This record gives sequence, C-alpha cells and structure tokens, in this order.
Amino acid sequence: MKGFLGVDVGSVSTNLVVLGEHGDVISLIYRRTQGQPINAVQEGMKEIQADLPGDIEIIGVGTTGSGRYLSGVIVGADIVKNEITAHAVAASHVVPQVRTVLEIGGQDSKIILLRDGIVVDFAMNTVCAAGTGSFLDHQSTRLGIPIEEFGSYALESTVSCQIAGRCSVFAESDMIHKQQMGYRMEDIIYGLCQALVRNYLNNLAKGKELLSPIVFQGGVAANAGMKKAFEESLQIEIVIPEYHHVMGAIGAALLARGTVRDGKTNFKGFEISSIDYQTRSFHCKGCENNCEIVRIQVGGKTLACWGGRCGKWEVATAEEAELLLQTSV
Amino acid sequence: MKVTAPHMGKLDLIFKDIFARTGIDYVMPPRTSAKTMQLGLRYSPEFACLPLKVTIGNFIEAIEAGADTLLMAGGVGPCRFGYYAEIQKCVLQGAGYEFNMLVLEPPAAGWKLFIDTLRVLAPGKSIYQIWQIIKISFRKARVMDGLEKYALKYRAYEVHRGDTTKAHKKALEIMEPAITDREITAASEKAFAVMEAVEKDMDKSVVKVGIVGEFYILLEPFVNFDIEEYLGHMGVSLERSVYLTDWISPSPKNQIMGITDEEIAQAAKPYLNHFVGGEGLPSVGHAIIYAKEGFDGVIQLFPFTCMPDTIAKSILPQISRDFDIPVISFVIDEQTGKAGILTRLEAFIDLLASRKKHRELVGV
Repeated sequence: MKGFLGVDVGSVSTNLVVLGEHGDVISLIYRRTQGQPINAVQEGMKEIQADLPGDIEIIGVGTTGSGRYLSGVIVGADIVKNEITAHAVAASHVVPQVRTVLEIGGQDSKIILLRDGIVVDFAMNTVCAAGTGSFLDHQSTRLGIPIEEFGSYALESTVSCQIAGRCSVFAESDMIHKQQMGYRMEDIIYGLCQALVRNYLNNLAKGKELLSPIVFQGGVAANAGMKKAFEESLQIEIVIPEYHHVMGAIGAALLARGTVRDGKTNFKGFEISSIDYQTRSFHCKGCENNCEIVRIQVGGKTLACWGGRCGKWEVATAEEAELLLQTSV
Repeated sequence: MKVTAPHMGKLDLIFKDIFARTGIDYVMPPRTSAKTMQLGLRYSPEFACLPLKVTIGNFIEAIEAGADTLLMAGGVGPCRFGYYAEIQKCVLQGAGYEFNMLVLEPPAAGWKLFIDTLRVLAPGKSIYQIWQIIKISFRKARVMDGLEKYALKYRAYEVHRGDTTKAHKKALEIMEPAITDREITAASEKAFAVMEAVEKDMDKSVVKVGIVGEFYILLEPFVNFDIEEYLGHMGVSLERSVYLTDWISPSPKNQIMGITDEEIAQAAKPYLNHFVGGEGLPSVGHAIIYAKEGFDGVIQLFPFTCMPDTIAKSILPQISRDFDIPVISFVIDEQTGKAGILTRLEAFIDLLASRKKHRELVGV
C-alpha cells in the first residue's frame, strides 16, 4: 500500500497525516508540540507508524507550519511549503468549490479567498494574536472547563453578553468582571466567541468578499461556539471538514503528491524517531551582521544549517553545509 | 574635517566617489547591522519611522570610527524625512556626541543654502568645478543603478543560484576605480558584460512583480530583509519604483526607470490626484503602471508610521480589484519578524504562480 506523509509543525500542535494515493486519509496524529518540535515529530512518527498498516510504503513527504524547515530536514521532505498554501490546497481538496477559508490555529489566524480553485487573496494576522487557540486554551484552564467542552458551553448560552475582544488581556479582564457581576458561564463563553469572531473579521476580512462555500478549519474550528458565532455574524452556513484540525498536514501531503515524480522520495523512513538529533548555534563571522546560525546534527555530522540574513547557510545538501562550516567559521 | 553619511543601499559608493573627487577626508560607517539598529533604537523616539532610527545608528558608528561632520539630506514637502537632520542633531547632542551637522537641502529649498553646503564639501572649488564633479559622478552612479536594475530583472533566470549576486558584486568592483568619462564608458561595458555572462535559462517560468513603497525601505537591504535577493532566488523577476540616482536627482525625468514624475502622477489618477508627501503618489502610480504592463503582482513596502505610504496602502486594494492584479503590503519596523514576512511572501508568490498557470491554461 502506498501513501503520502504530511507533517505540520505548528506553535501549539504537531500533526501528521498519511494519505492514500487518491487523497483519502489513512491515518492521522494530532499532538502537542510543547516547545520541542524535534521530539514532537519523532514521537508523532512512532505513533503513526504503529497505526499504519504494515505494508505501507511512503512515496512522498511534505512539511508545513512554522517548524517546516526543521521537520523537513528530519523526515526528509520532498517539499517544504508555507502554511497558507498548504491550508488552501487541503480546503479545495475536501470542498472543491470552496471560495473562502477561515483558519484559526494556535498562534495565528488566516483568511484565504479562492475562485475557481485558485487562491486570489489571503491575509494572516500580523500584530495581534488575540482570538487564536492559545488564548482560548488559557481561558479554558483559567475557568476550569476542558477545552473540548468549551463549545458545548457556548451553545447553551441564552442571553448575549458583550466581551471586549480587541485585546486578549483586556478580554480576560472583561470576562473576570462579568464573572464577578454574576453572569452565567455559558453566556460569558459565547460572548467571548462572538468577540473573537468580531476581532477576526475586523482584522483579517476587512474589505474582502466572503463568498460561500466557507470552510472553517484549524484547531479552533472544533469549538462549536465559534462556528455558531461566525454563522450568526456572516449569515452564511459554515462547513467544518471532518479533519479540520489537521488540514495543514493534509495540504502538505497533497503537495508532496503533486511534487514527487517516478517515486523518488527523500523520505528517511520511520527509523528517524529513534535518532538523537542535536541543535547547536553559533555566530557566523562572514560579515558584520554576526548572524546566529542554527546547526542541526546527528552524532557530530551536520545535516543542515539556517538562520543567516544572506541565505548562504540555506544550502541544499548536508555535504555543502559541512563544507561551508569548514571554510567560514 | 572628517565627513560621513548614513547608509542607504549603495549610496556609500556615490559618496566615496564624490569625496574622492573633491579631495575631502571621509569615513563611512560600517554596513548597517543588528548593532547599528540597537544603537539607533536606544536613542530614537519610538514613533519615528525606521529610517530615522537606523540612520542615527549609522551616525553613532561613524562618530565612533572618527567622523566629526555628519552629512544628511534635508528635504521639503510633507514627509517627516525633511526634518530628520534636525532631529538627529538634537538626539545625538542629547546623547553626548560632539559633531558638526551638514544638511544638504535640495535646491527647491533655496539655491544659496544648497551651494553653501557644497562649498564646505568641496573646498577651493568653483561652482563650475563642483557642477562638473557632480555631473561625472552621477554618470557613474547611473551606470551602477543600471547594473542593479539588470540584476533585479534577471536574477530569476540564473541557472546557478547566487551567480547574479556574485556578478553584480564583481561589476561594481569594476566600476569603482573609474574616474574619467572614458574610463567610466570602458568600465560600464565591462561591467555589463559580466552581468550578461551569467548563465540564464530564459525559458524558465518566472513571475513578474513590481515593488513600490517608501524609498529608504526599498533601497536598504538590511531593513527589507534582502527581499530582492530572496524573491530573485524564488524565481521572481523584479522591477522597482525607486532607484538611487532617480531619487537623489532633482530632475523629474527618472532616467533609470525611464518614466517621468508627471507620467507617474497621471497614472495615479483618479485614485490619487495630488502629492501626499513621500512616495504616496508614486506608489499608487507605479502600481497602476505595473498592472497595465502585465505584471503578475505588486508588493508594497514601507516603514511603520509612514503617512504617505499608509495613504497609498488604503488605495491599493481598489487598484487590485479594478486592474485584477494581486497586491500585498508589508509594514516594517524594528519589531517586524523575518519569518512572518517570508512566509507571507512565499504564499504570495505561490498565489501569483498558480494564477499565471491557470490563466495560461484557460487562455486569458
């Protein structure tokens, strides 16, 4: 059995997906990154291998997310792509007619507009991360309600409760204030969802034409309160794909399917989960910028370097990186 | 007297050439680096734009390297830049540095002021001699701008990554020692030959992008994260709305771009009908020109709190719709993260490339 592996290393979660040759999901893993991307990828690889049929043959790998370069080196990616493109590809695979993608992840949110299957416009939050998954996560901990139940609480709301959502710190102050005033928890949580939707639409969707079908994906799409708040605000039905939380990884796998020709993959195998990777950093002495360069190694052997302004360390192969290290440090 | 001037792309090459001709002593600050930025930030008002902060850092490093006379451009018109020399003077004096400040006001602010400053920079030279020096030095600078324009356009086609950058560096080295008219002509031919010798694949699928925005951010690679090289390596052929000599020269002809200020202003109508300071009007005008010339997309770059380009930014979405050309804007300051910019740029280029492919398929 042949499959394509997609890896999405984000700020909050690390997701792995294996797709069959026709783009069907064979297996998926969703786990917390916990600030350790290498470990998260290795553990994810172990888990997904255990879940996959024994005769699986990975014939293409794609990585995406903020940790895409690092994970690309570790798993041996055939394609390393930004998360905006990956999410768009996945959305139009699942809902071919999609014209709007709302995506809210751990620390970023994006909107992608497509027409006839082509991305025509996008935006990603720049200065503010209010309303992303991390904030909801923090509030669920503070309120003692598991994040998985956040949405069902919101749906129980009967009276609307206005929460100031422009800044997450002030949103929290406002929620505390409303709690102290004696508002019901359900109403406060739904009020928060409405505030986040307002914030999202003002920041990202300003001046853009949001046409149906609208797909809502990313970890936050699991929150039924957010879906309801979006539908209420936009007056359009919102589609949440079955695998909404791993769409980045699905997109990466689809991109790999489109890249690999003649079955020549860079995939390094599931064994990488037991290799001891080390990262080191040093200052490049090439010019007065003194860039901090990160080096990723296995047993003293350099796999890749990156981080400089000029791009000279982002060389294609491990051999070239080793050569650069010998000549310029 | 030991003169210095702030960095802005390849501006130091022009200054070095002029100072060598007028025979005055000078020292250039080290190239703008993270340290320059730190020094500048320590003393600058937070809500000033990035150009002020970085150039204050340049001046501090120049003073530490032995400079005692700071040369800064002045300016007229509603952009804060014209006032920056005065602010820099206050800020640096307040920080305890000792120096003289020479402000080169444009002739539009009064010929006498302009000529008086030139006399300090070219002691013992007549006005005629100064004019000759500027003329020939500018001729050389225009050749260098031409080389840059060539690199922007053709880097995307190079077969071996990095060849264009190497050739460009070599071409500038060829230009540097040229003094006389004849030497400049000979060096120019040689320099362009070096650029043309770079192996290119002209059948490569390349997207064409126009870059508009505020001049300093466009011209100084340190603050724009070397965006031009990054895009070139991604297979993007570039045209830019500002070149150094076009910007410095008081003439409205813009020889490097080959389009006059008047034509740019005409193109901006009816979206923006008058000058709004800085590059506000040119950013709008150029975006429309690029759209009409069939470019695949437009990228706008400007510093946070820059009013003129903020005005342009609010007009660009309308142009994007009317002319059916994708536009993306980046606002840059010391808080801007490189990863965020590069992720969005990569996605933007993906968008342009798939759009182009789709159009070729359906035959638009």
